[in-house]
Amino acid sequence: MTKIADAFANGKAFIPFLTCGDPDMETTEKLIVAITQAGADLIELGIPFSDPTAEGPVIQEANLRALSGGTTTDKVFDMVRRVRQSVSIPMVFMTYANVIYSYGADRFLKTAAEIGINGIIVPDVPFEEKQEFEPLCQQYGIDQISMIAPTSHERIRAIASQATGFLYCVSSLGVTGTRSSITTDIGAMVKLVKEVNDIPCAVGFGISTPEQAEAMCRQADGAIVGSAIVKLIAQYGRESIEPVAAYVASMKEGCRKA
Amino acid sequence: MMSNGRFGVHGGQYIPETLMNAVHELEDAYNHYKNDPAFHAELNELLKNYVGRPSLLYYAEKMTQDLGGAKIYLKREDLNHTGSHKINNALAQCLLAKKMGKTRVIAETGAGQHGVATATAAALLGLECEVYMGRLDCERQALNVYRMRLLGTKVHPVDSGTATLKDAVSETFREWVSRIDDTHYVLGSVMGPHPFPTMIRDFQAVISKEIKEEILEIEGRLPDAVLACVGGGSNAIGAFYHFIEDTDVQLIGCEAAGRGIDTKETAATMATGRLGIFHGMKSYFCQDEYGQIAPVYSISAGLDYPGVGPEHAMLFDSGRAQYVPVTDDEAVEAFEYLSRMEGIIPAIESAHAIAHACKLAPTMSKDQIIVINVSGRGDKDVAAIARYRGEDLHD
Repeated sequence: MTKIADAFANGKAFIPFLTCGDPDMETTEKLIVAITQAGADLIELGIPFSDPTAEGPVIQEANLRALSGGTTTDKVFDMVRRVRQSVSIPMVFMTYANVIYSYGADRFLKTAAEIGINGIIVPDVPFEEKQEFEPLCQQYGIDQISMIAPTSHERIRAIASQATGFLYCVSSLGVTGTRSSITTDIGAMVKLVKEVNDIPCAVGFGISTPEQAEAMCRQADGAIVGSAIVKLIAQYGRESIEPVAAYVASMKEGCRKA
Repeated sequence: MMSNGRFGVHGGQYIPETLMNAVHELEDAYNHYKNDPAFHAELNELLKNYVGRPSLLYYAEKMTQDLGGAKIYLKREDLNHTGSHKINNALAQCLLAKKMGKTRVIAETGAGQHGVATATAAALLGLECEVYMGRLDCERQALNVYRMRLLGTKVHPVDSGTATLKDAVSETFREWVSRIDDTHYVLGSVMGPHPFPTMIRDFQAVISKEIKEEILEIEGRLPDAVLACVGGGSNAIGAFYHFIEDTDVQLIGCEAAGRGIDTKETAATMATGRLGIFHGMKSYFCQDEYGQIAPVYSISAGLDYPGVGPEHAMLFDSGRAQYVPVTDDEAVEAFEYLSRMEGIIPAIESAHAIAHACKLAPTMSKDQIIVINVSGRGDKDVAAIARYRGEDLHD
């Protein structure tokens, strides 16, 4: 059985993000297969939400494109069920609390586990509200991915000590989106984590170039990229398979160099 | 009843990790200053000499006679400086922000009343201020946009989503996540993550504290019903709070039904919403079967919000308060009615409560008492109501 740890078993991990149903579900399915072949170690699959408060404009627009194309949680489940037949790397859902809560957390997490999802990332469920989904995640063998941010400071130890799967290190203040430079001392954050829990740490928010991925992977165990990929999909639509796969290959190469 | 910022099952702190230390810092500061006599002395001085509190409790004699039932009193929050109850909270939060060492405040606004109140408090206290407002609301409340600019505030039109209040809230949260150190988010209603719903409730509770003192002095007894309009619910919780323990006093929140609760063009959360998690809190939200937040509608930009504060959700669950839907048509009629009958032009938001009072009062006896919270004045709405009536009038 696939597990999240597999993603970090072969050197530094590259973790791409896709918004399911952008531009349509068929393209998302093809993209998952293509970026796996291009070297992705774990895929973050966004289930679109009408009001994604942690996202910058690029992913906000992808959410709206997917929803206006008729994407629903059930259609995402169907797509993952199909694609799981040919893709064996770990996959996690990234979505907002209300998408899970409204579907019925039990029904959502049970189904997610059945179709081969390994974890969930829910940016509006912080450490203090973990109990909302955590007991059900444990019941169904899904990791609820914890996040730490540049403002976390003394919270890092408490969060890290209970983290499972991998730890998502938010590189910068603000919402998702590409940034020309990342000034946070990621190395220091990762060091604090590792003091209490030997868990893989992947860095996200603001990364778009192979050089940035390499720099982040020198200080952590992996790099997460969303907006830069979503931008390519916005640009090329159904023709985005090749450019996205080429981009993922170049980013994985950046991670390898670290 | 309340733990970890909970009201029953509602409330909580559903926000990104990046903001957690900021809300903890706010909670610590609020817990400190709410017990600080010097803070209260400073705030009360401003409320008295700058806002003009206590606001009047006015006996609407003509309206009472016309409806032929319960005696009607109007709590005149519309007479506050800046023209609504929003100043109570905005001034208190800006003062708190200043004590916390913040130099900049940001806020969302729907009708523009909270934006104007925050811009005013920021000008008075020397804070930099930026306000986020849906582009659609900027158009329907153009006068308030200019008012904020006059007060030295920068107004950012928000184009994301439905370009109304919920999107303005989302965008202000996004801005806060980007700049926390020197910036406080002056949330405008009893919503969002803990401690906002509790803190803002406390800042607005002055309304019911005064109503109670005033009605006891005038009538020597408590009212039978207190009515207020509910969007996020800050003027309503302010008007209800000191009556919650007085179980003989009926508490009635009036929601914006828009074109009707059987249409999609509604913002009546209690009537049409389901339990959910959004904008930092667990509460009731208008949403579809997959949890996508509904694009709500009301003629009133200030009630045009798909959720409701967690304390209202709890009062609804327990049955302590009732929530009734009021349509655009009913609100516009009440807007015109109060203007003609009492010479008071209410905010279109407040007109929702007046509309329900017009239905309720005739069913009650003449020795009963209704208090309506007139949360704001209607100058800002005049052009929109004229257009609603088919007249080509623009701000």
